[in-house]
Amino acid sequence: MTNLEPQTAAAAQAAQAVDPHVDAAPSENPVPEGRPRAGWRSLVPTMTPWLAIGLILVVGISLFGLIGPYFVGDPRQIRDIGLTGPSGEFPLGTTQIGQDVLAQLAYATRGSLQIGIIVGLLATALSAVFGIYGAYKGKFLDESFSLLTNVFLVIPGLPLVIVISGFVPRESRGLWTIAVVLAITSWAGAARVLRAQTLSVRNRDFVAASQVSGERSWRVIVVEILPNLLPLLAAQFVFAVIAAILGEAGLAFIGLGASNSSTLGTMLFYAQNGFALALGAWWWFVPPGLIIALFGMGLSLVNFSIDELINPKLKNLRQHRKRARRAARLERELARSTRRAGGDTAKESVR
Amino acid sequence: MTSVRVTDLVKDYSIRTGLKRTRLRAVDHVNLELVPGRTVALVGESGSGKSTIAKILTHMETPTSGSVDVRLDDGTAVHKARYRREVQMVFQDPFASLNPFHSIEHHIARPLRIHKRTANAAETRQRVLEMLERVNLTPASNFAPRRPHELSGGQRQRVAIARALAPGAQVLIADEPVSMLDVSIRLGVLNLLGRLQREDSLAVLYITHDLATARHFSDEITVLYRGRVVERGPSDAVILDPHHEYTKLLALAAPDPERPGRVTSADPVDRAAIDNSRCYDHFAGEWVEAGVPSGDAVGTAGR
Amino acid sequence: MTTATGAALRPVLTVEDLTVVYESEEPVTAVKNADLTLHRGEILGLAGESGCGKTTLAYAVNRLHRPPARIASGRITFHDKSGEDIDILALEDKELRAFRWNKLSMVFQGAMNALNPVTTVRAQLRDTLLAHRPGMSRKDVRERSEDVLRRVGVDTRRLTSYPHELSGGMRQRVMIAMAMLLEPQIMIMDEPTTALDVVVQRDILREIVRLRDELDFAVVFITHDLPLLLEISDRIAVMLAGEIVELESAQRLYRGAAHPYTRRLLGSFPSLSGSRGAFIRTGVDETAPPLPRPYAGQRPPTTEERA
Ligand SMILES: Nc1ncnc2c1ncn2[C@@H]1O[C@H](COP(=O)(O)OP(=O)(O)OP(=O)(O)O)[C@@H](O)[C@H]1O
Ligand SMILES: Nc1ncnc2c1ncn2[C@@H]1O[C@H](COP(=O)(O)OP(=O)(O)OP(=O)(O)O)[C@@H](O)[C@H]1O
Ligand SMILES: [Mg+2]
Ligand SMILES: [Mg+2]
Repeated sequence: MTNLEPQTAAAAQAAQAVDPHVDAAPSENPVPEGRPRAGWRSLVPTMTPWLAIGLILVVGISLFGLIGPYFVGDPRQIRDIGLTGPSGEFPLGTTQIGQDVLAQLAYATRGSLQIGIIVGLLATALSAVFGIYGAYKGKFLDESFSLLTNVFLVIPGLPLVIVISGFVPRESRGLWTIAVVLAITSWAGAARVLRAQTLSVRNRDFVAASQVSGERSWRVIVVEILPNLLPLLAAQFVFAVIAAILGEAGLAFIGLGASNSSTLGTMLFYAQNGFALALGAWWWFVPPGLIIALFGMGLSLVNFSIDELINPKLKNLRQHRKRARRAARLERELARSTRRAGGDTAKESVR
Repeated sequence: MTSVRVTDLVKDYSIRTGLKRTRLRAVDHVNLELVPGRTVALVGESGSGKSTIAKILTHMETPTSGSVDVRLDDGTAVHKARYRREVQMVFQDPFASLNPFHSIEHHIARPLRIHKRTANAAETRQRVLEMLERVNLTPASNFAPRRPHELSGGQRQRVAIARALAPGAQVLIADEPVSMLDVSIRLGVLNLLGRLQREDSLAVLYITHDLATARHFSDEITVLYRGRVVERGPSDAVILDPHHEYTKLLALAAPDPERPGRVTSADPVDRAAIDNSRCYDHFAGEWVEAGVPSGDAVGTAGR
Repeated sequence: MTTATGAALRPVLTVEDLTVVYESEEPVTAVKNADLTLHRGEILGLAGESGCGKTTLAYAVNRLHRPPARIASGRITFHDKSGEDIDILALEDKELRAFRWNKLSMVFQGAMNALNPVTTVRAQLRDTLLAHRPGMSRKDVRERSEDVLRRVGVDTRRLTSYPHELSGGMRQRVMIAMAMLLEPQIMIMDEPTTALDVVVQRDILREIVRLRDELDFAVVFITHDLPLLLEISDRIAVMLAGEIVELESAQRLYRGAAHPYTRRLLGSFPSLSGSRGAFIRTGVDETAPPLPRPYAGQRPPTTEERA
């Protein structure tokens, strides 16, 4: 079954005749620099001021959660008489019972991040399985998966979480339990979106073409379909992380948080119980609240940039952003020289 | 060497009209035979089921009834895993059949790797470049790393052809492989197909609207109308001596630069009145019934 | 240069000295100093080899080009029915949106790519209509959608179909229907009939010509099918590697093409009834012998016979 075999030698010779280096050293004649070999590079969003702010917030807070705990003391240790304001010794003051708020904040940030990432991963995985795999396989599997998705979608999330976490005894209500509960209640929306998107990608001929060329199912999903969904998945992951951190904070705030870990939510819970608000101890409840807010904002900003990736029309632009800028500059010059109010054309190509 | 025999193929789709569902018979008892070293051209009205037949042949759709029998020379049937290697397809719309995410190189290298046509990465790459050159995408090393949206329509179509030829299949289903190419490249690609078909005994199903190339590049033409075969025979006979009304209409409608302005003058033909219940078989030299279950249509040709 | 109506020439679009460059690693000048005037009621054919820049030219006229494409020089002016001249390259976003489709519509090459895979044909026609004619009643929208589909010969029952449920030719016809929807003054059709058989193709062209006579719009028809162009178009532009090398009335082009490329192009169509034409560039095997046709005129041997 060797259609092309007899031709190979001849073709190679022909190639040599035309263009010596094509044939002589294909591997030494690599792709020109800067040209994406696969589309992976196109998945990196363009750096915009918004994205930069978002990234700074996210990375900063993550670093604080990651390495902060190594630089602060034991968060549970009682240091002074309690409720002292920020000072040189305790930059963020102390709690009612005299614990260092900064130390607590570092550990709590770490706890919240943990929850956020675990839930983000779990929820994304669940939505990918139910959304993508179901839609790809079609027929009965798709029907049953989307029924399940719809059921989960109409179940009101927070009340269910409260019920479940209230039901689980406090001793066994660990980090993982909370994470799983949050994940189970939050994947459905994403799965619906992924399903719709997969259906549209699946009906494209290039999927059929790769099946005809003998690609296995899982490879078709992972290599041909998934890359086209990656920006969507990433956006959903980010969204799931925000939702999880907020959800966990809510749970902890009403006293249903994980018993074995401290999070920003539990901090707020204790601050509330310690009448921080009434006593005017702003240094106790403002920092955790601020961190939640800033982290959420940072992730949302990142998410906007990912949204831009989902729009295939902007994809081009990103990939060629350098050239585009050059093009825009040239065009602007042209516009200026041709006396027209041609700044618009430049604007067009920058957009 | 592999031959394909399609017997009594039927494909129904159900389509929604408001709340109602109606059945649409896209392919109606079609018989077809692809043998090594021969090209069968499939021509016919738009929407007459040509692509559907192609999709069934490549296992993209399951037939409602009828059978597709793929056999090797020694008579053994080809089974699923082998099938993918034996039967390749060029899809109709090159704007949809290339993955926007991957480079041109990926598209051609994957089939090579899946079917273990090359031993290592360097060889694969070289092979990819060769394939690109054969379809006239030169310089190949310039095209290989591009992504589909950086190519013109005809260039994409050539990538699709290279991909289908890469793994060295024995049966090639080409769904309008050259429709977006200009004449010169069109003839080049068709010559390439013709050469492969002769030298490696490829069985080719050539789906096209271009009667001239159908006549010159295929051995046999099958005319499809509303899901049924209405005429079949050696290519010269079908084009030069058409018997069925629809084939006559097709031959007449082919563009003719000697008669400008014909479009505006002629009246539209009432195609609803065309009868597709019988088929003229040039091999048998007689009319046979179309769209009825039988082993007959191919039978007459084969007996 | 006669328009079909024979009336005085009224330009509707002028392209002057247009150059479009793809600013990739090795910049590709896809269109070089193109000059073109399109008149009302005219069908202008645009032919040329694959990859010579036809689509790029069409995109630029519609301002649909995106980076890395860049218009390096030139101007494109649209002469509105109202007598106003519109500089297309200077349009603001909002004006551009109103301009496209309303005054100038386009049938894209590769219909599957241009149609939305997740909505029905009906929804896509409706969205286009409502985007440009916001006040239109539902009944009018439906009637208009059905009307355009009938014009291109697609069963109106297919309104509820998704693009992947249509055959390749039907998708193309839906795209043509979309372009007709708003009765624009210019229609640019980029290889609109590659998936259509000659009979349907003729019906559609007849419809276009009829509409042209009725509504006096201009058509730019991009195709590789020179015999077809010779039949339907008033003038034909031939492109070669980004340049318009010839722009002539169809008859004059056919009788005496000036550029050698055009002559080769004309000479290389395999004729339907005659013997094979000369092949101008046969790609890999320039010297391949003609196909041996062992079975011509006979029935094919069957599998059993071979065994
Ligand atoms: N998935 C589907 N669901 C419903 N109907 C379908 C589907 N696929 C194809 N059809 C219908 O089946 C008929 C035959 O389609 P097919 O694509 O085989 O036509 P074709 O001969 O290839 O036409 P063309 O030359 O226009 O490509 C058409 O009426 C089409 O609308
Ligand atoms: N995004 C891009 N980046 C780089 N080069 C491009 C890009 N898009 C198109 N090109 C190149 O520009 C040239 C002109 O392309 P264009 O699509 O205009 O050709 P065309 O005349 O429409 O051809 P066809 O008849 O094959 O559709 C081609 O050589 C193509 O490879
Ligand atoms: Mg088709
Ligand atoms: Mg094009």
